[in-house]
Amino acid sequence: MGRVRKPQIPGLLKGLAVTARTLAETLKPKKLGGGAVTVQYPHEKETPPIRARGVIGLREENCTVCMLCVRSCPDWCIYIEGHKELAPPRRAGGAPRKVNKLDRFDIDYALCMYCGICVEVCPFEAIFWSPEYEFSEPRIADLLHDMSRLGEWMETVPEAPALEAGAEKKKGK
Amino acid sequence: MLAVEIPYWGQSLIRVLAGALAVLVPAGTIVYLFLFKMMSFMQSRLGPMEAGPYGSLQLAAEVGKWMQKEDITPAKADRRVFRAAPLIVLVSTFVLVAVVPFGPDAYFTQFDAGVFYMLAVSSISTLGILLAGWSSANKYSLLGGLRAAGQLIAYELPMVLSVLGVVIQAGTMNLQAIVFKQNTDSIFGWDGIGYPYILTQFVGFLIFMIAVQAELTQAPFDMPVAESELVSGYMTEYSGFRFLIFFIAEFATAGVFALIASVLFLGGWGVPFAWFDWTTIDSVDDWMNVAGPLLMLAKMTVLAGIIMWVRFTYPRFREDQLQRFAWKVLIPLSLANIMVTAVCKVVW
Amino acid sequence: MTDLAERQKLSYIAAQAADARLNVELETEGMTLNIGPQHPATHGTLRIIVRLDGEQVVWAEPSAGYMHRGYEKLTEVRTFPQITTLVNRIDWLGSFANEVPFILAAEKLMEIEAPPRTQHIRTILFELSRIANVSLFLGDLGVQLGAVTPVFYAFRDREYVLNLIESVTGGRFHPNFDRIGGLLDDLPAGFITECKQVMKRLRAFCDEIEDLLFGNEIFQARLRGIGVIPADVAKQYGLSGANLRASGVDFDLRRDQVLPLAYDKVDWKVWTHPDGDSWARCWVRLQETREATKIVDQLLDTLPAGPIMAKVPRIIKVPEGEAWVSTENPLGEMGYYVVSKGDLGPFRVKIRSASFNNISVVPWVLRGVYVPDVISILASLYFILGDIDR
Repeated sequence: MGRVRKPQIPGLLKGLAVTARTLAETLKPKKLGGGAVTVQYPHEKETPPIRARGVIGLREENCTVCMLCVRSCPDWCIYIEGHKELAPPRRAGGAPRKVNKLDRFDIDYALCMYCGICVEVCPFEAIFWSPEYEFSEPRIADLLHDMSRLGEWMETVPEAPALEAGAEKKKGK
Repeated sequence: MLAVEIPYWGQSLIRVLAGALAVLVPAGTIVYLFLFKMMSFMQSRLGPMEAGPYGSLQLAAEVGKWMQKEDITPAKADRRVFRAAPLIVLVSTFVLVAVVPFGPDAYFTQFDAGVFYMLAVSSISTLGILLAGWSSANKYSLLGGLRAAGQLIAYELPMVLSVLGVVIQAGTMNLQAIVFKQNTDSIFGWDGIGYPYILTQFVGFLIFMIAVQAELTQAPFDMPVAESELVSGYMTEYSGFRFLIFFIAEFATAGVFALIASVLFLGGWGVPFAWFDWTTIDSVDDWMNVAGPLLMLAKMTVLAGIIMWVRFTYPRFREDQLQRFAWKVLIPLSLANIMVTAVCKVVW
Repeated sequence: MTDLAERQKLSYIAAQAADARLNVELETEGMTLNIGPQHPATHGTLRIIVRLDGEQVVWAEPSAGYMHRGYEKLTEVRTFPQITTLVNRIDWLGSFANEVPFILAAEKLMEIEAPPRTQHIRTILFELSRIANVSLFLGDLGVQLGAVTPVFYAFRDREYVLNLIESVTGGRFHPNFDRIGGLLDDLPAGFITECKQVMKRLRAFCDEIEDLLFGNEIFQARLRGIGVIPADVAKQYGLSGANLRASGVDFDLRRDQVLPLAYDKVDWKVWTHPDGDSWARCWVRLQETREATKIVDQLLDTLPAGPIMAKVPRIIKVPEGEAWVSTENPLGEMGYYVVSKGDLGPFRVKIRSASFNNISVVPWVLRGVYVPDVISILASLYFILGDIDR
């Protein structure tokens, strides 16, 4: 045990002062800038940042069943099925177009790692991140969100945030 | 003296109930006020808030939780000893509170060797802890139990020696008489605040509080429990209500020791007798039997607050450093304190 | 204070004496104690088998692998963009720092260099994850030594850093933000001012921890002169990061190698400590946290304008070749050896994680110490289980 050079105020007292200061700060009313840093969760909620990866929303009409998201998912938690359908031609008199229609778009949030690769690779702006996070379920099977559930999340998708000075505008989304 | 005559069985019943109250009220106060709230505030959070207004019923919820839990005894444990150990620890608290005076008539028992008895029975809990550690059939528990034994014995001595200063100054070992002395003596003829022994025995008070901290195995002396090293030391294998008993005993003992410290150094239940022109203990008004315990509770809260404040702030010593601290610093210091006190006593 | 060699000698003598007592003189039977796999001090599932004589350690052996997740193998069946999301789970407290060396290795193979703005932002996020990681260490240190309060301060102030990381990347723990050739996105507006405030706060946190822990005499008594690792031993065992610098070796990959990161554009200092004991390791980390906040501040001031993505093909195929890139991660040197056969994914990836090498010194350093010091030494070596077992 080395001999420690004594500082002017013993460290033991300094430590007590630190905890006492925090105690006073926590007891100070919120109006004066005090209060605890914790949030009493079910009663008050923090708003996550815009970019927070909470849950994925699906814009069904944009999806072309290209399967890019399915293939790029690192843990293969997206399930897509689709079929081809004839749609009315763009111009009058043209030939009817062939369109891919979604039959099934499921994301298994029990498997999802929230990496965001699917949202990044989607070339048709069909899936988006929403910062919504309250979708825990008592049964693990209920974490499989189907097309309609994913579509509902679209309402919570925010606008992309403005960028910091010096950023170049990105193409696409 | 009390006006109504109460039969002996009635007195015994009152004593038992009051004893339980005297142990559990400080424990509850400490746990809620300090362990739940003060610690949380010091860590910039609010602590339990859901059970009852401002989390005040959390304690009841915790007790309910522990009572429901399975009472597990490890297969290789020494069953009887393992089961009895928490009770021994708790009993030592009850035995300890017996000599603490709460008012002129509000005491459980009172005899002339009160201090001696207090110091003697306070080490019963060591026995319980050692038994708990040894009977658990767990290496961590064994280490914890042995550490506890070494530590508690090492800190028994400074505690005894620091109390000796008070005994010399008061000239009595009767705790009630010590309270009386502190409240009737005057400082150079000025009797405005009585004569609490913390003024002259400050070193003794400091040593006593450090020894109490170690005796209670609170940080920085919590090596026997040391949750990051020995998981929970001698309590590792305990669950359910047996763990609860350990838990209650820990904080009840903290409360009782704070009570004793307030008796020895802060004037106990009394207010300076000069304020009300009391001269002897019999002339004290009856309302002190109610105000006294409340005063004691307030003093206990302050002292326990300091104990807990230190606990929440400091890291723990190592076992050998603790022993070194006890034998090389505290004991010489308390011996010096006794000598100075004795010399002063003779001179004045 | 005794000098280093002497202390090393003393600890060696102590170990020898313990050996002798155990085996020859008294013929007592040592007690074998399993610290872990489930033990509060191993923050995860590291198992350390120690043989004790009383409370003195005679022999110690770390046993890793309880949380092996097979990342090296998993990478072989993933494409390059998918791998970042796996590797940022290796050291889960400083996860962005895990992505950087891998991405740099891939960029090296593809012969791409990220634009300067990206290099800056990468460095900022790298240092932010260092701060998040090490600030938790500073708090956790208190818990290991029995002080309950510092860890709450650490969690409190790390939260601000995590919020920053989340506001940029979208993920608090697993950003998955680094891309081959650039970044997923640019910084959101208002980041610079917010980040500067947080850095100020973190410096205040460092002062607070210094008052609460480092200045505490008990804390110093617990750590000074304990678990001394001399420089040559540290080098032999392949320690890196703060553990190495605390032994007096002035080695920092941020400064000592040329990487497309912005460290050469700022003015900063590599902290070392001559003692090599537990105290030195903790102290170096504290200073590094402070230094990291300064690095971030300077980088924010000099953030160049420009694009954040280099020209990268849409489908990334990494040309055939091998590359090794290592960086100075919060825990020490972390490197990836990537072998590509020109496919979508790597053929083989070897991950050199810092903690695995750092705990290899445990059998050496634990001999002759007491059980409480086992905990403090392990705490000061600072490992993350994911980083050991991968």
